[in-house]
Amino acid sequence: MRSSPTTLPEGCSGAALAARLLARLRTYGGPPVSLMEVCGTHTVAVARMGLRRLLPTGVRLRSGPGCPVCVTPVEVFDEALALAAEPGVILATYGDALRVPGSVGSLADVRARGADVRVVYGAAEALALARREPRREVVLLGLGFETTAPGVAWAVLQARREGLSNFTVLSAHKALMPALHVLLRDPELAVAGLLCPGHASMVLGSRAYAPLAQTYRVPCAVAGFEPEEVLLGLGCLLDQIARGEARVDNAYPSAVPADGNPTALRVLGQVFELTDSRWRGLGALPGSGYEVAPEYGAYDARRRFLAGRTFPGQEPAGCACAGVLRGRVEPADCPLFGDRCTPHSPVGACMVSSEGACGAQYRFREV
Amino acid sequence: MCVAVPGEIVAVAPDGTGVVDFGGAQRTVSLALLDRSQVGDFVIVHAGFALHRIDPDEARETRELFRAILADDPT
Repeated sequence: MRSSPTTLPEGCSGAALAARLLARLRTYGGPPVSLMEVCGTHTVAVARMGLRRLLPTGVRLRSGPGCPVCVTPVEVFDEALALAAEPGVILATYGDALRVPGSVGSLADVRARGADVRVVYGAAEALALARREPRREVVLLGLGFETTAPGVAWAVLQARREGLSNFTVLSAHKALMPALHVLLRDPELAVAGLLCPGHASMVLGSRAYAPLAQTYRVPCAVAGFEPEEVLLGLGCLLDQIARGEARVDNAYPSAVPADGNPTALRVLGQVFELTDSRWRGLGALPGSGYEVAPEYGAYDARRRFLAGRTFPGQEPAGCACAGVLRGRVEPADCPLFGDRCTPHSPVGACMVSSEGACGAQYRFREV
Repeated sequence: MCVAVPGEIVAVAPDGTGVVDFGGAQRTVSLALLDRSQVGDFVIVHAGFALHRIDPDEARETRELFRAILADDPT
């Protein structure tokens, strides 16, 4: 079997290079700083590498609201649970969303009791399910930032092209930028450098962060996910800090163009419109949620099946997810962490998802 | 959730999908979100959609970045 392709070109990988990068990072002689990453895949990469212990003295790396399943508030899972209980409905979603507790139980619980809940790998699979099951309503619980949302938008356009009327989307898609503004304005967090997500940036483009760097005078660096790529991104941030600069470095040019993916952005803007939206941890943020546009209302599960119903949502008691997602609470400082809340029996969303800050910290806690 | 994986397009179908080889494992993915693509292109795939075509020039850029950060001392 051939080796897996990576985004790293020849000569840009390996333990020796990583060690050199780390040595380079440790020459940092600036003031104590807090850096933040806002991408679930970075959260996992950092925990797996045991990177926090290797950083220079005074440099902290916090995890922010980068896990889409984690930032989805309880009421969305309550909506999904209500839909899954409807006769004739197939509720399709990604594996990570299955075990997140709603106010009462999770999608996995109702599936065990007979509801038709299916795990799909992507929106195209949910669409294929709707083609195969013309007498059932296929509802896709769509979660994710700008990486995932364009595929779901494409599925809506495709459903319209094919005249499929039994495919709808329950959208919990979120826009990354409004959340970043909130975090960078937070005086308690005092983020001194932002490690920008690699794959959401593939769609958004590295230039999208320029207003953040300018407005808040915060260095930004778009980074990939191999250890060498994460270290490179952090090196860019610390160099900017040491020099007193604040700009956007693209440390992941093999995946992230300056202007992102214009085709994906066009499809996204066509099917969805931005609306006020609630985030677990951050509360309601204006213009931060992707809602199916009225023109495509026939593909909006909320409009079709949930009109007039409200879902207050009840956060699990004692769970510190909200503080964790904001970067204010370390997972291990939550009284439930590793005791009442484990990946096997999770209380909060941050422990359920493999890329939640709590889940990642728990799995790699020995490292 | 935003995990994306690089692979090589080994076949393109008229319906806008293609077969992508991920180091031996092959999977049909949608190429609808790329402006253009052909057999032999390296692409980055997320949740069944190719979202980016890797340009060989960008690999050179990555090499330059590593070289710069290791050579340069800001203090």
